[in-house]
Amino acid sequence: MLKLIWLVPVLPMVGVVINGIFGRWIRDRAHLLGVGTTGLSLLIALGIFFQTLGGETLDWDVYSWVAVGNFHATVGFQVDALSAVMMLVVTFVGFLIHVYSVGYMHGDPGYARFFTYMNLFMTSMLVLVLANNYLLMFLGWEGVGLCSYLLIGFWYRKQSASDAGKKAFVVNRIGDAGFLLGLFLIWRTFGSLNYAEIFPMVPDIQQVLTRPSVLGLSLVTWITILLFIGATGKSAQLPLYVWLPDAMEGPTPVSALIHAATMVTAGVYMVARSNALFSAAPFSMEVVAWVGGLTAVFAASIALVQNDIKRVVAYSTISQLGYMFLGCGVGAYASAIFHLGTHAFFKALLFLGAGSVIHALGGEQDIRKMGQLKQKLPITSRTFYWASLANAGIIPLAGFWSKDEILAAAYAGHHSFLWALGSAGAFMTAFYMFRLYYTVFEGKDNVDHHAAHHVHESPPAMAYPLMALGIGTLLVGVLFGFPPDHGLYHRFVEPVFAAEGMEAHAIGLETTLGLAAVATAVAALGIWGLARSWYKTGDSPAPARAAERFRGLYALILNKYRVDELYIAVFVDFGKWLCRLSWTVDDKGVDGTVNGTSRLTVVLSQVSALFDFRGVDGLVNAIADVIQGGSQAFKRIQTGVIQNYLLAMAMGIFVIVSLYFFF
Amino acid sequence: MIPLSHYLILGAIIFSLGVFGALTRRNAIAILMSIELMLNAVNLNFIAFARYLPQTLLQGQVFAIFVITVAAAEAAVGLAIVLGLYRNFKTVNVDEINLMKW
Repeated sequence: MLKLIWLVPVLPMVGVVINGIFGRWIRDRAHLLGVGTTGLSLLIALGIFFQTLGGETLDWDVYSWVAVGNFHATVGFQVDALSAVMMLVVTFVGFLIHVYSVGYMHGDPGYARFFTYMNLFMTSMLVLVLANNYLLMFLGWEGVGLCSYLLIGFWYRKQSASDAGKKAFVVNRIGDAGFLLGLFLIWRTFGSLNYAEIFPMVPDIQQVLTRPSVLGLSLVTWITILLFIGATGKSAQLPLYVWLPDAMEGPTPVSALIHAATMVTAGVYMVARSNALFSAAPFSMEVVAWVGGLTAVFAASIALVQNDIKRVVAYSTISQLGYMFLGCGVGAYASAIFHLGTHAFFKALLFLGAGSVIHALGGEQDIRKMGQLKQKLPITSRTFYWASLANAGIIPLAGFWSKDEILAAAYAGHHSFLWALGSAGAFMTAFYMFRLYYTVFEGKDNVDHHAAHHVHESPPAMAYPLMALGIGTLLVGVLFGFPPDHGLYHRFVEPVFAAEGMEAHAIGLETTLGLAAVATAVAALGIWGLARSWYKTGDSPAPARAAERFRGLYALILNKYRVDELYIAVFVDFGKWLCRLSWTVDDKGVDGTVNGTSRLTVVLSQVSALFDFRGVDGLVNAIADVIQGGSQAFKRIQTGVIQNYLLAMAMGIFVIVSLYFFF
Repeated sequence: MIPLSHYLILGAIIFSLGVFGALTRRNAIAILMSIELMLNAVNLNFIAFARYLPQTLLQGQVFAIFVITVAAAEAAVGLAIVLGLYRNFKTVNVDEINLMKW
């Protein structure tokens, strides 16, 4: 049964091939295959998941991919608790979003193309999480990056969409370069890219790994830092997060699937998968934790003031990914992956809900033009409410258990400042989620008159996935996460994350409960203490007054701290300057040399021609002229009168005879 | 007996007449005739020397006959050329037939 694992990524590929080639004839039936193959994948994944629950694992090299010299890479699958959880999250959320897309993308001219890309994404993502070596993971990693690019720029006629796709691709490329360098270093150090060979080796070559090398950092620190650079690109962490908000140009199901639930969590998965390496590099762990913590607060603060419904959720995603990295950084890998899973549910739900709202309003994304949608969109508003609560971390919804665990681990790991940072982030999260919820679904009705007539609840294809994810959001946390650190989930994944991560949890039950209480109180304060009073009715003057008082700060945050402008000034403009410089060198230097050479050749040729005309030809012509001149002179004797010749002959004879006589 | 020098002087006179005629006559036939004179002057010399020089084995006479033969052939060819010239130019005056020049 476990060997059926190969079907999980291959099935969506079937959809890719058929929809990709015959899409133009399949057109609006493309979802049959797109959703069907994903559904089959989900079924198989479920079967495999339940088998792994019984403790079964698999590490299976299907075939040898690359064998060059002493370098071997295989296409192989690894099924353990970690990949099983990831696989299940990906297929489950992926399937629901595929179903949702049937409704959302209905009638789009690129319908078949959409499902082709989505299936390709499913394949790549599943390869990424199921691979048993880094190279195959990298293949999936690049595959999801490609699909991300294709799907962000899905409406490629829109300039901003195609720009956003390019931006995502280029920024990801920076991270991927780091990942790739990390892989090189791993191969150089361990002589293998297989998880099963690398991780057990770490304790054995501890001394080699921890000896200071370049810049005083040890080898394993370098490896993990490079891998983490890859993770920051893919998972939108500081400083490479800038592509994710722009990625919202893509269709909303894409945002839900790729830019919330699955692809962006690939970095977290990669760090968790490499936990043996990271745990051997305390410095890298510090970096991961700090980057995660700072990103969590940074992105949350931007989300406070954004007015585009999808962008708020996008910044929320960045922020939540920050929490996951914070968890990884303090050694709570299991909690980080748990948060990944719960986040996949409620963030996908938020995006699908946002999509539903946008769909209902005919494409409107500005929350200032929404409001009072609660009655008109009952399913959407209800599920959105649950997801917002989950994102805010209110007990007993999904987000509470996982986020609380991460913060507790940070506290227990003596990262009190990071804990405080995370808690501040949690407060902001609660606030911005409910600012969004109240503004969109309650508050004042600011809907456009034109849009107002055909506001309608979404079709069943969209509503059912919302409900399914909503139920997941309600239950998944308490089902798997209770009691904290010893729940079903933790017992399941424990074998994957060796003892390192666990020792930090040696804090008492009282402390745990106390931290949970603090977290809940903070979140509750954010929701009911602030957001509710400011936005519930929609006519409170408080938000505007606050914006007025902190005018400079507000403008700064509204403009996303001007990071994009900074990057444009520093990197893009620098790049352009460099291009112009090389162009100048090319134009003036290289072309100049070439042109100079040609000009020199022309001059030399002219000299040579002169010599040829005057010298060589001149000599020839001179000879000819002399001969001609001579001929002109002497032709006079050719009179044609025979007697002249005769006379000449006679005189000649006379002369010769005379000479004979006289000498 | 008439001395050899008389023959030679006569031959020289006839030859000179022939040269003069060939150089001065305009008529092509007259030129041919002048050439004939020169040839015959030469013949006269041959015969004279053959008669007056010892140990000769008829070489002079034979040569004279050769010259006469060649002269006959030459006259035939020459008169044919003159006829051809006349047909083309309606004249046999050589100073008028001067196409073969520059």
